[in-house]
Amino acid sequence: MPVKTFKIDGQDVSGREDETVLDIARENNVFLPTLCNIEGLKPVGACRLCMVEVKGSNKLLPACVTKVEEGMEVTTNSERLQKYRRMILEMLFVEGNHVCSVCVANGHCELQWLAEKLGVDHTRLNYMFPKKEIDVSHYRYAIDHNRCVLCTRCVRVCGEIEGAHTWDVSGRGINAKVVTDLNTPWALSETCTECGKCIQVCPTGALFKKSRAVGEMTKDDHFLPYLKTMREVDNAE
Amino acid sequence: MPNKVKVATVWLDGCSGCHMSFLDIDGVLLDIADRIDLVYSPLVDNKVFPDMVDLTLVEGGVSSVDDRAKIIKIRKHTKLLLSLGDCAITGNVPAMRNRYPVAAIEERAYIENADVNQHAPNLIVPELLPQIQPVHTVVPVDIYLPGCPPPGPVIRDALVALLNGEMPNISPRFG
Repeated sequence: MPVKTFKIDGQDVSGREDETVLDIARENNVFLPTLCNIEGLKPVGACRLCMVEVKGSNKLLPACVTKVEEGMEVTTNSERLQKYRRMILEMLFVEGNHVCSVCVANGHCELQWLAEKLGVDHTRLNYMFPKKEIDVSHYRYAIDHNRCVLCTRCVRVCGEIEGAHTWDVSGRGINAKVVTDLNTPWALSETCTECGKCIQVCPTGALFKKSRAVGEMTKDDHFLPYLKTMREVDNAE
Repeated sequence: MPNKVKVATVWLDGCSGCHMSFLDIDGVLLDIADRIDLVYSPLVDNKVFPDMVDLTLVEGGVSSVDDRAKIIKIRKHTKLLLSLGDCAITGNVPAMRNRYPVAAIEERAYIENADVNQHAPNLIVPELLPQIQPVHTVVPVDIYLPGCPPPGPVIRDALVALLNGEMPNISPRFG
């Protein structure tokens, strides 16, 4: 496969033509914040945190879905990008009810970690304090929509890896939410295999195992690239 | 000897955990005791906010008419205002009430859950605002120290930086 050479923050880098700017940034230890992206699942460019500047384009491009091109010059951390990234995080915080101190994922949450990393110490927008639901009908797992950032990792892992497609998104805009089956309580889902992959890939404490107290819900998503590779091997044979 | 820096701390709608964390840096407080004057605080016996204070640390969100009056007055009499902890910055746990009307909360707290004297308070206890608001949505805030509570060392580093005339360059995490 042809190789493309280009620049990230002035540094000469190269990647296969089917690779993304995010892949190559990570390969070269260039940090790009991400929330919806996770190794092993198809990128969707939903969270917009990995936006980069590309010389010659006045649009910002999401690195996770931008294929590498010969001669492109990528900037990953300009002041403008930092400003937008902080604003995105602030919007995520005010849109939900993220109460870190009493959350099962406190200390293991990617949203919380990103806020610290990108220097978000308060929000300039007014909190919406929306009234959101919690579904604790399942005997093992629960979802707290107050903490959901709509990254759709659960939707993708359930469809792409487990093959169950229990999760999907219902509603639009501010009313969007992830649902099990056709918006039935989780316990009544006929497709859920109870594999728990959605719990592990959720970046926040929205999806969690029951009987976990504050800060006890650690996430383990390392199995994903392995499962993806094994499935590809399976398909190839 | 130069003038001491006048410091105040205020406790609005929070659990006082931030003040506990503040006290947790007792070793440092002793070190800087000769450089600061704690002029107003739940920890000292002064009931009236002084005319002018150099630095005020505020714990808790703005939850009642009393909180609001207090913080507006304090802002006028403070050079630097520091939001200490998640309640002051986000509303945090107390803001979980924001999804319900005040009447429903009072009903729950003072009638449903009360064994005796089942009625909402009408004296002394200040009237609740419809929602708790972060301090910086009511008055301008200069410095933010998130955390529930902010760890002692974070408060220490911020205080020491401010005493040295620098803005603290720390970004602790929420929670």
